[in-house]
Amino acid sequence: MTPPEPYLGEISRTPVRHHILSVLVENKAGVLARIAGLFARRGFNIYSLAVAPAESHARFSRVTIVVDAESAPLEQIVGQLDKLVNVVAISDLAPSDAIERELLLATLPLDYKHRPAMIDTIERAGASIVDVGPTSVTVMLAGTPAACDELERALEVFTEVELHRTGRVALPRLG
Amino acid sequence: MQLTGAQALIRSLEQEGVDTIFGLPGGAILPVYDPLLDSSIRHILVRHEQGAGHMAEGYALATGRPGVAMVTSGPGATNIVTPIGNAHMDSTPLVVITGQVATAAIGTDAFQECDITGITMGITKHNFLVQSAQEIPRAVAAAFHLATTGRPGPVLIDVPKDVTQSMMDWWYPASVEEYDLPGYRPEIALDEDAVRRAVALIAESERPVLYVGGGTLKSRAAAELLAFAERTGMPVVTTLMARGAFPDSHEQHLGMPGMHGMYTAVTAIQKSDLLISLGARFDDRVTGKIPAFAAGAKVIHVDIDKAEFNKVRHADVAIQSNVGAVLSAWDAAQATPRNLDVWWKTINDWRDRYPLIYDEPAAEGPLRPQHVIEAIAAKAAPGTIVAAGVGQHQMWASQHWKFEEPGTWINSGGAGTMGFGVPAAIGAKVGRPDRTVWCIDGDGCFQMTAQELTTARSEGIPIKVAILNNAYLGMVRQWQEMFYEERYSEVYLSADLPDYVKWAEAMGCVGLRARTLQEMHDVIDEANTINDVPVVIDFRTDAEEKVFPMVASGASNDDILVHPLQRGEGR
Repeated sequence: MTPPEPYLGEISRTPVRHHILSVLVENKAGVLARIAGLFARRGFNIYSLAVAPAESHARFSRVTIVVDAESAPLEQIVGQLDKLVNVVAISDLAPSDAIERELLLATLPLDYKHRPAMIDTIERAGASIVDVGPTSVTVMLAGTPAACDELERALEVFTEVELHRTGRVALPRLG
Repeated sequence: MQLTGAQALIRSLEQEGVDTIFGLPGGAILPVYDPLLDSSIRHILVRHEQGAGHMAEGYALATGRPGVAMVTSGPGATNIVTPIGNAHMDSTPLVVITGQVATAAIGTDAFQECDITGITMGITKHNFLVQSAQEIPRAVAAAFHLATTGRPGPVLIDVPKDVTQSMMDWWYPASVEEYDLPGYRPEIALDEDAVRRAVALIAESERPVLYVGGGTLKSRAAAELLAFAERTGMPVVTTLMARGAFPDSHEQHLGMPGMHGMYTAVTAIQKSDLLISLGARFDDRVTGKIPAFAAGAKVIHVDIDKAEFNKVRHADVAIQSNVGAVLSAWDAAQATPRNLDVWWKTINDWRDRYPLIYDEPAAEGPLRPQHVIEAIAAKAAPGTIVAAGVGQHQMWASQHWKFEEPGTWINSGGAGTMGFGVPAAIGAKVGRPDRTVWCIDGDGCFQMTAQELTTARSEGIPIKVAILNNAYLGMVRQWQEMFYEERYSEVYLSADLPDYVKWAEAMGCVGLRARTLQEMHDVIDEANTINDVPVVIDFRTDAEEKVFPMVASGASNDDILVHPLQRGEGR
């Protein structure tokens, strides 16, 4: 008798379908908790989340949520979100209709052995060096989520890399 | 005019036309209880904050006006979480005011501090933590606006103690524009195109059913429903939350659908070709196994909340609106189905074959719970309001009482909150003192909130409570009998402990008991003569009695189980 295979959890074969919700909310205490709580209790998955004051108004903030439209129908997510009293407007952007950008920061240890490869990776990605220390360097990439993905993958070959991404922001594509 | 925040809070409630607050004071809410002495608002002092919440719900369900409850911070606030959750599930308009520790103490784990806005975020329509006394009028006005418009629900206002103690310049928002709710737009323009598409679907239908939910009551559309149903001749079912929206005595009424619904109501939905949902939300207790629910039907879904569309069941036509406006628009468009004679012949055949029945009660007892309910109903004044707890007795009350008008059935639907009955009945009686109010309760439910009968006695609220005492947590017992091979686990309560008659008497109520048929009739007659104090009757009922019809959890509605006496003759 062969031993049972270890259970590795459900593996989804279909690619995750992301959708971008650009949500205008009142800039009040607890609004982010209301959104996060709603997603948690309804079982909607958040892929990334970015929040900042909207335009020049102090009264509103814009929350850009990349949702996993596999976890629930988009209509449900938008409908429930719209019921939050502090949510003022929701525009839902299909990835093909949106200009998306994201910021990536990474600190890389500098050792002489890997230095040429690192510099090459940074240059290929179009990232720039924004801080230099005695034994490490911090690089920045502002670009499409795909470009950030690519740089993140390229940096995986190096050890002790500290990497942060902001989550994406998006606006509708013009024409 | 300078007022304290506390004075402004009471004055704001007066502005909103509040006549009754159900509450219990404590440290953080103390400042508000002082100006209450000078107000015309009646305060009902409860014995437990959960009672205040359910009373406010009962008041709201009986009157259609928002119920108001006020409690202190910390445990006072957490004790009212269950009623808030209950009101949220059943879309009951509620405004709950909680005291909070002083703003400087928030976040320091101060005495009786708890994050009640955080706790209730998911079970309120909205909540506010008021930051300054000047903001109190706006918060109160906005809370009432939110609680009562669109899809109604509970709104909580958390008021720190220093806010109620500080001074403000009195003002009150003159219009919705001043409520500062830029994201809230409850008025929806009727989608005329969707109305036309619905009319077209109706015109094609041969087997339509009007599936009437609680939203029909919330939008006060009973008159429009009656007119539309009578003009089109369509059969009507009313869900647990909609009992009273359409007269039970009406020939076109098939009764309640769902897990313990009438055979005819359940089966008519199953066989329908068009299901017209009016303020219902396809709850799992109605649908049973979802893919098997009304599998051959097209669906017209009318709801004020667009998030209900396609949540459970695909809608062929979805109309975001209050129910009455759509029914009026359909009437104006003369929406008419095909000839329904064949459909009615089929329906009436089901009605003849599977009426609601129960076993004959024996003269010497034990009593049949269904028979007790029918006996109370037969001797009840017209317009009597019935409140129930949750469980077997609730299902029997919904099945066997004949509801003829809105606001006469007060129950906990979505949340299924045991202990709802007694305080909800008290709240209903406060809101409708002209009506007789019966609470049909179970012995398990009664023990959860019975202390509020002390409140009822001391405040002069003469409700009548019928405990259908089968000595068990009966619904759980029924499931253990049917689905767990009669392995009874932690469901026995004893019929004699506590002694319900003595307990009632200790709370200043009249306590009665009935074991035989004769005693049953006698105590009901006696209870009907008592109109100054609450009455509690301990009806000793058969522990083995089960609720039928029944659709087992997760089963298809096609596999509805009728009463044992009706089985074995084919369908």
